[in-house]
Amino acid sequence: MVGLVIVSHSKKIAEGVVDLAREMAGPDLALIAAGGLDDGGIGTDAFRIKAAIEEADRGSGVLILADLGSALMSAETAIEFLREEDNMVNVRIADAPLVEGAISAAVTASTNSTLEEALTAAIEAKLASKL
Amino acid sequence: MATKIYQCIEAIGNKIIENKDFLTELDREIGDADHGVNMARGYTEALKVIPQDNEDIGAVLKKTGMTLISKVGGASGPLYGTAFMKAAKEAAGKTALTLADAKVMMEAIISGIKMRGKAEQGEKTMLDAIIPAYEALCAGIDAGKDAGAVLDDMCEAAEKGVAYTKTIRATKGRASYLGDRSIGHQDPGATSSLYTLQAIRDFLAGN
Repeated sequence: MVGLVIVSHSKKIAEGVVDLAREMAGPDLALIAAGGLDDGGIGTDAFRIKAAIEEADRGSGVLILADLGSALMSAETAIEFLREEDNMVNVRIADAPLVEGAISAAVTASTNSTLEEALTAAIEAKLASKL
Repeated sequence: MATKIYQCIEAIGNKIIENKDFLTELDREIGDADHGVNMARGYTEALKVIPQDNEDIGAVLKKTGMTLISKVGGASGPLYGTAFMKAAKEAAGKTALTLADAKVMMEAIISGIKMRGKAEQGEKTMLDAIIPAYEALCAGIDAGKDAGAVLDDMCEAAEKGVAYTKTIRATKGRASYLGDRSIGHQDPGATSSLYTLQAIRDFLAGN
């Protein structure tokens, strides 16, 4: 199954998005929060993200949903660290809204989708109209 | 006694920590008001964890970079962290550096920051201080100047680069949301890059 990593500057946001997506996706999906700094402060940490990718990797690839600013840069740094260790796990970063994208991707991934399908589901969440 | 490279990182950290409030103030004007605080937190932590007795410049720079990546929190973490780690690769196993080494390290730093930030010169970023400093380094080597004179030239070039960031519009990072309103403000990242160079120059002048 595809794994999901939720990257946010805030530990609480990342954990909250995981909780929310978990309700829809069921217990089997690897859904890992990588929010905030080690001391609980606001920010993103490439090493926490790297560990989360490793934890989410069940052999079918990992999709990263990230919030703004340095979250993306830290996620890219994390992927580079994995490559330096010759970990070639298939990782994609979704150009998608964090909450809606995570839920959409989690639901899709929970149906044993491919990484590309989960990525598409996340990106399509951008287009969903609320009103 | 702490090694020279530890003391040099300490000098950089102290300069950043001393100027923390000014860097944050610059970032308040065009960003999210955390640059000084974030960088100071990163260096405070780095000075705690990097080995004081390791003379391997590459090893110390690498540990500094890794600490900045995990402790800074904002975009400057991966950017400065990448810069230190790229420089570290070029200095691996060395216990002293020549100007030629510095040139290779600066090239690695610039390409690392460009890759990480997807940025080029002229976009109101740290590159606007670092690239002119690199050019001054190359010119100094060609002219046969000594290390002290070259570092003076590098700092002067970086200072001009920081002044130049006041005149241009930001297209990268949080400041890009401000568009033309970013003109007139100097870039916090370029400023912390200038402080880094000045701290290295002052440290070497005192040793």
